[in-house]
Amino acid sequence: MSSSELAPQQQAATEALDTHLQEILRWHFSEETGTPYWRDWAKSAGMDPLTEVRSVADLTKFPHFDGELLRTEPHERFVPRAYHGQPFRIFETGGTTGMPKQRISWEDYQIDYSQFSETLDEDAFPRGGYWLMIGPTGPRRLRLAIEHLANVRGSSCYFVDLDPRWVKKLIATKQPDQAKAYMEHVVDQALLILKNRKVQVLFTTPKLLEALSEKVSLVEAGIRGVFCGGTEMSPQTVRFLIEEVLEGEVHLVPTYGNTLMGLAAHKPLTPDEGYSITYYAPQPRAMLRVVNPDQPDELIPYGEWGRVELTTLTKEFFMPRFLERDEAIRREPCELYPWDGVGDVRPFGANEQKIIEGVY
Amino acid sequence: MSDPVHIPVMRSGKLYESLDQLEVVGHRDGQICAKVSQANAGLVRRDLKKTHAKAQPLRDLSMAQILEICKKAAGLFLEAELPAGVEGTQGPDEYLRCLAATSGLPVTMGRANMKKVASVLAEMGTILRGLTRGLDLSLLDDGVGVQDDMTLWYAAPPGPLGVVLPSNSPGVNSLWIPAVALKVPVVLKPGREEPWTPWRIVQAMIAAGFPAEAFSLYPTTHDGAATILDQCARSLLFGDENTTRPYASNPSIEIHGPGRSKVLLGPDQIDRWDSHLDVILQSVLANGGRSCVNASSLFVPSHGEEIATALAKKMATVEPASWDDESAGLSAFANPKFAEFIDQAIDQGVRAGGAKDVTAEHRSGDRRVVHEGATYLRPTVIHCDRVEHDLARSEYLFPFVSVVEVPADQMLEVLGPSLVVSAITKDPELVAGLKNSPDIHRLNLGPIPTTQVAWDQPHEGNLFEFLYQRRAIGTVEDW
Repeated sequence: MSSSELAPQQQAATEALDTHLQEILRWHFSEETGTPYWRDWAKSAGMDPLTEVRSVADLTKFPHFDGELLRTEPHERFVPRAYHGQPFRIFETGGTTGMPKQRISWEDYQIDYSQFSETLDEDAFPRGGYWLMIGPTGPRRLRLAIEHLANVRGSSCYFVDLDPRWVKKLIATKQPDQAKAYMEHVVDQALLILKNRKVQVLFTTPKLLEALSEKVSLVEAGIRGVFCGGTEMSPQTVRFLIEEVLEGEVHLVPTYGNTLMGLAAHKPLTPDEGYSITYYAPQPRAMLRVVNPDQPDELIPYGEWGRVELTTLTKEFFMPRFLERDEAIRREPCELYPWDGVGDVRPFGANEQKIIEGVY
Repeated sequence: MSDPVHIPVMRSGKLYESLDQLEVVGHRDGQICAKVSQANAGLVRRDLKKTHAKAQPLRDLSMAQILEICKKAAGLFLEAELPAGVEGTQGPDEYLRCLAATSGLPVTMGRANMKKVASVLAEMGTILRGLTRGLDLSLLDDGVGVQDDMTLWYAAPPGPLGVVLPSNSPGVNSLWIPAVALKVPVVLKPGREEPWTPWRIVQAMIAAGFPAEAFSLYPTTHDGAATILDQCARSLLFGDENTTRPYASNPSIEIHGPGRSKVLLGPDQIDRWDSHLDVILQSVLANGGRSCVNASSLFVPSHGEEIATALAKKMATVEPASWDDESAGLSAFANPKFAEFIDQAIDQGVRAGGAKDVTAEHRSGDRRVVHEGATYLRPTVIHCDRVEHDLARSEYLFPFVSVVEVPADQMLEVLGPSLVVSAITKDPELVAGLKNSPDIHRLNLGPIPTTQVAWDQPHEGNLFEFLYQRRAIGTVEDW
C-alpha cells in the first residue's frame, strides 16, 4: 500500500493517539487521579499540560525523561492518586549493572501482552499446550508477562532463568570461558525440559536459540513458534535464524520491548525486504520515534539512523520522550501499523564502540 | 573502474551470499573493489560440524589423481579466467590489479607471489615427499600400507584444517595448499584486505578437478575466526603476537607469527663482509620486506657501523614507485595508520638511545612518505649498540633491519626465536651450535638469502606431521 493510500489510516491513528494523550495527561496531572511526581513537576515548570499539550506534537514541551529518577525517586512519587493504597509490583530493567531502574506497575503488563497476543499466528502459537521461556526472570516483568501471554492463549509456560547481569560482568571482566560455561548451563536446563516435556513455543534470545539448535533440531523437538529478542538482530542474523536455526519451518516472531514500554510488534518478515525487522510501538499506549542523536528534539528523515525515543502513555505510568540506549532506522508506517516504525534496532553507538550484549 | 566483485561465502563448495557485506576499498582512491559476504559465527559453527563428512569426494581421489590435478591447477591459477565471486570472471592481470589496489602489493611482487603459489601446486609431488620424508604417497589412499617391509598406518585428522589468513602477502597461501593434496578439507578465513588470493587458488583447484566440497571460505568477524580455531581439528593461525598469544599453547593450532629471521656473519667471514652484502640485501628487501622469511636482524662480530652504513646507502635507493611499475621494490600500506604506528615505534626506539637510523642521512625526506596517494615506509637500517635494545630483534612489515655487534660465542645465546637463520660462516663451533639450536626453524648454511625456500625442506612446521598421526597396526593374513 502506498503512503498516500495509507494517509487516512495514519490520520486516524494520529487522532486516536492525540485523544489518548489528552486522557493520560488528565489522569496524571489532575487533582483527582494525578501522580505526585508529575503534579509537582508541572508546578515547578510553571506549565499546565492539560491546556498546553493538546497533541503529540506538543510533547516537546516536556523535557526528555530522566531515567535516573527511576533509580532515585521514591516509588510512591509515581503512584497515581487513583491507585493509592493498592499494592504494586516493582519491575527492574534488563541487564544493566549497578542500581537498576525500577518501574512500579499493577496491570499494565497484562494489558500489553493481552494486546500483543492478538498479533500472533494461530498455527505457530496454538491455543493450549506448553511454552518454554529461556531468559531473564527475577525482578523483570518479562517473566510474568510471558506467563500471562501463555495463559491468555490457554497455555502454560516453563522457565529457565538467565541472569544477564552476571553474563555482562563475566564478559566485561574478560572471563569468556565462564560466560560460555554459564550459557551451556542454561542451554542444558532448557534441553532437559525439551526432552521430557512437550513444548510448542519458545521465548528466548538469538544466541541462546542458536546454541539450543546446535544440540537439538527444534523442528524435530516439536517447536512451532519462537519469540526472539533482547539483543540486536541484524538482517543476516534474522535470515540465519529463519533459514538454518529454525530450518525454515518454525515461525519466528522478533520482539522488541522492555519494562518501560511493553512489547512492540513487528511487520511480518519477508525475504523481499531483506529480513530487516521493523518494530511498531503498541500505540497509543506507547510511542516510538527515531530522533537526531545530536538534536533529539528533531525527528530524522525516513530511512536514516537515529536514536530511539520512547513515550509511555498508560494510566499506571507516564514517561515522555525517554531516550533509549538504542538506535534504529526510522521506517514508514505500514498497513498493519499506520504509524512510524523503528528498523534494525541495535545498541546506541554500536558502530562506534564495542557494546557488551552477551547472550542476553 | 569495473563494478566491485562480490566474493561470497563458500560453504563446503556451495556459494552463499550473506546480507552482511564488507566493502573492501582501494587504499589509494577509496573506490570499492570488492563486496565480501560475511559469515556470522553461528553459521560457521553449524557448518563445521558437517564439513568433514561433505568432503568425502576429496578422500575418494587417489594420490596419483591429486598430483595431476595440482599440476593443472598451477597453470589455471597463473593464466586462466576464473570465476570472480558471484558472477563474472577474473584473469591474472585483473587479479593482480585488485590485489595491488586493496593490499598495497605492487603488481610485480604480486606476480612473484603468484609464481610461488603456482610452483607449490606444480611441485606438489616434491613437496609431499619433503613433508612425508619420502613416503610412498599411494599409502595415503587407504591410510594403511607397506613400505620397506614395514606396515604403516597414517590416520588423517577427524576434521578439516582451519586457516586464519593475513593480508600481508599472497605467498602465505602456499602453506595450506598441500593439506588439500593430503586429502584434508580446508576452512579458510581470508585477511580483510586480501580476499583475492585464497579465492583464486580455490577456483583454480576446483576448475582443475578437486571437488568443491573440499573448500570452505568464510570471510568473517573475530568471533567467526575464533570459531574456526576452536572447532577445526587442526588450524594454522597467521598474525602478530597479540593475535596469536591466546592460542600459543594449543597443540592443535600452528602459529605463524612474526618470523624474526636473521642473517649471521661469522668471525671467519667478517673481513669479507662486503662480498655478502647482496645476500643480506636480498634477505631484507625481497617481497617488499613483508614476509616472515625476510631478515630483520643482522648479527655481526665486528664492523657493525660500517656494514650498517653500506646497507643503508644501498637500501636508501629503493623508493616508492607506481603500483604497476615493474621495478617497484616497496609495498604500500593498505592502512596508513599502521605505517604511522610503525614509524613512531621506530622513532621512539631511536630516541631511547643506543640506536641510530643510519638510513636517515642517506635518504631524502622522512621514512614515512605518501606517493601517488599511497603511504609507504622507506627501507630502514638501524645500528644498535647492544642486542638487548628494543629495535635489535624487532620485525616490521617493510624492509627493516637492525645491525648489531654480537661476539660469535654469544650469538646462539641471544638469537631468540627465528624462522630462518642464514649463517654465513664456516666456523665449526658456531655451525655446530646453530645445528643444535631449538630456536631455528630453517637454517641456511652459507651465503643463502633468508627468503630462499626449498620445497622439499618444510620450514614452518611440517604440515603432514601436523595433520597425520602415525599409529600402530597389526594384521593377520588368511583368516
